[in-house]
Amino acid sequence: MSTAPDIATQAPSFPKEHYLNASKGFKSWALTVDHKRIGLMYLVSVLTFFLVGGLFALLVRLELLAPGGMFEQKTYNQLFTLHGVVMVFLFIIPSIPAALGNFFLPLQLGAKDVAFPKMNLFSFYIYAVGAIVAIVAMVTGAVDTGWTFYTPYSLTTNTGVVLTVFAAFILGFSSILTGVNFIVTIHKLRPPGMTWFRLPLFAWSLYATSVIQLLSTPVLAITLLLLIAERLFGVGVFDPALGGDPVLFQHFFWFYSHPAVYIMIVPAFGIISELIATFSRREVFGYKFVALSSVAIAIIGFFVWGHHMFVSGQSEFAGMVFSFLTFFVAIPTAVKIFNWTATLYKGDIQLRTPMIYAIMFLIQFTIGGLTGLPLGALGTNVALHDTYYVVAHFHYVMMGGTVFAFIGGLHYWWPKITGRMYSEKSANIGAFLLFIGFNVTFFTQFLLGFKGMPRRYFDYDPEFSGLHAFSSVGSWILGVGFLVTLYCFIQSLRKGEVASSNPWGGTTLEWTTQSPPIAHNFIDTPTVSTGPYDHSEVPAATGRAA
Amino acid sequence: MSQQVAVPEKVVRHKVGHHWPHVEVELSGAKLGFWIFLCTELLMFGGLFVAYTYFRSLYPETFTAAHQTLSIPLGTLNTGVLILSSFTVVMAIRSAMLNQRKAMLGYLYATLFLAAAFMVIKLGFEWPPKFEKGTLPAAFYTYEGLAHVEKPHIFFGLYFVMTGLHGIHVVIGMGLISWLIWLGHKGVLYRGFYTPIEIVGLYWHFVDLIWIYLFPLFYLAG
Repeated sequence: MSTAPDIATQAPSFPKEHYLNASKGFKSWALTVDHKRIGLMYLVSVLTFFLVGGLFALLVRLELLAPGGMFEQKTYNQLFTLHGVVMVFLFIIPSIPAALGNFFLPLQLGAKDVAFPKMNLFSFYIYAVGAIVAIVAMVTGAVDTGWTFYTPYSLTTNTGVVLTVFAAFILGFSSILTGVNFIVTIHKLRPPGMTWFRLPLFAWSLYATSVIQLLSTPVLAITLLLLIAERLFGVGVFDPALGGDPVLFQHFFWFYSHPAVYIMIVPAFGIISELIATFSRREVFGYKFVALSSVAIAIIGFFVWGHHMFVSGQSEFAGMVFSFLTFFVAIPTAVKIFNWTATLYKGDIQLRTPMIYAIMFLIQFTIGGLTGLPLGALGTNVALHDTYYVVAHFHYVMMGGTVFAFIGGLHYWWPKITGRMYSEKSANIGAFLLFIGFNVTFFTQFLLGFKGMPRRYFDYDPEFSGLHAFSSVGSWILGVGFLVTLYCFIQSLRKGEVASSNPWGGTTLEWTTQSPPIAHNFIDTPTVSTGPYDHSEVPAATGRAA
Repeated sequence: MSQQVAVPEKVVRHKVGHHWPHVEVELSGAKLGFWIFLCTELLMFGGLFVAYTYFRSLYPETFTAAHQTLSIPLGTLNTGVLILSSFTVVMAIRSAMLNQRKAMLGYLYATLFLAAAFMVIKLGFEWPPKFEKGTLPAAFYTYEGLAHVEKPHIFFGLYFVMTGLHGIHVVIGMGLISWLIWLGHKGVLYRGFYTPIEIVGLYWHFVDLIWIYLFPLFYLAG
């Protein structure tokens, strides 16, 4: 960018005034309209729920360590449901957009805040209320339906379906308001000179994500409301005993929940674009294609929901159309993978921690994406449906993709958020453990699925015991990896070196302001005259701090 | 006299948010945001309209027979009430743009009154007979007059969910209009800043529009 960040040659000192100390006291946080503080509050919240959901996952793997297990059947059903509900609704959907997006979208646009700062705070409180309702539901009668709440079982189980579903409904509102905020921010608050094709790719991905959030979440909202009404009053739309249709519930549910997986992954694409551009010191190859492929995914992603229902009794013709569209939506995703790889080619690659995460993402997401194709094909789907193959595929995309990108993005932007560097040595050990742990846990599950192990079973035949035990050991390595990463961040907060304004040699606008930024982000509104990844005037990463 | 319309003395002048470059962008941003929000509302009701279409195609005779238990005169009256309220809200915006505060407040009170009238007609006159007869969703359905058609409770399930959700929107709208009245009395709505009325107006028209579809689908079905 034209406003080249100057990287200090001498060791930087921690700035005296920044957004964290601009005002003090509980009220200054509880009533803040600063997008950075709100983003930070979201970050702490989603990471907390990530920990909770992760503990549920460890318990699930503990049950499956050996045949026979240790929990009651119903307890196990509640555990995997809670893992799913917490991870989907409380962690992964808000994770990148609400935490990192809130923090960095205005910074990347050179803006002082998001378009509607008060609404931003309001959406955080809605999230908090939804989270509290979800916790109450967990404590008073943990739901055991699976995170999909399929009817008719969700109409008959005596667990807390109504309260849990209501929590998801509330959380949806938070997601909608964030989406409205981001779209208007990108339309209206770009700085002088920043045309649409000069937007950083993270901003493009948030734009596409917001569109999906806005158009799909309301359908989930009405589905969940109908489910609640069905349980309380017997509307008759989903309950077969009343003349309703449980498959209609599946259609409604997946009309949201398939696009929802794009809500989860598209922001991760945005982070990966940023990481690869910065640490290859190149413009992203085929920038326009990468940008517009997010939009293409947002559009096509709305027409593939039926591939979750190939064996639910939809017509053969519908199955064929959904199968075709499923393969079709793989194209814009592949466009991104190929363009990132092409960006790496002849790039000045620097294997810093965030870049290591980006490369792990590329490996795992490619596996996750390609293993989705057999599920999108009608014949193989019948064999693989509801086996561990699906579980493995889903986790390769969501965890190997989104979570790794999220953690990578967190490492990338950590110096900007906190003003401190972390020890790359311990960060890399954490990354290595996560990579090993993740692949041990989930690659094994592809094999389990091929051998016919069904998902969601609390017990299994002895023939599966070796692979299940291997997978459970992997989950412990994953747990240790996260602890090491957490330790690395805590150490950084305690005694990390002071970060310069641009420790990585990033080219987007957030690196032109101090770390951590002042309350209003920029002293002068930046003006832009080049694309987002012009490295010609930005020196390379300068090492740890300065 | 200059060409400019004088800003009345009592007006509290609007301050542009610190992050907006100028007031026009602020207004257009607010409008854009609200239109996007209306898209989400549309998709939410869209799910219900899909359910309606599906079950009407499954049980067409049920819908034809069951709709005769609804009161067309009361439904028509409520349709008229809502259309009139759309007119009064438009006039409120126009009055604000002309700095006519008294007229603006008058139209806002009229809108609030009409919205309340809609709810009174619905909850006070339309629904009680249904509760007595038992033309209700399945859990409370006791009516025996529709024994000759399949699953009549689904019609009433959808009727109460769809008109109920619409009714909740009307009540939220009443809250928003009351907020406008409060703002109007504070004197912050004038030619230079009428974004809140514009936004609430958009919302109110949307609520009317949903009713314009609900009315024929339920009251005039078959």
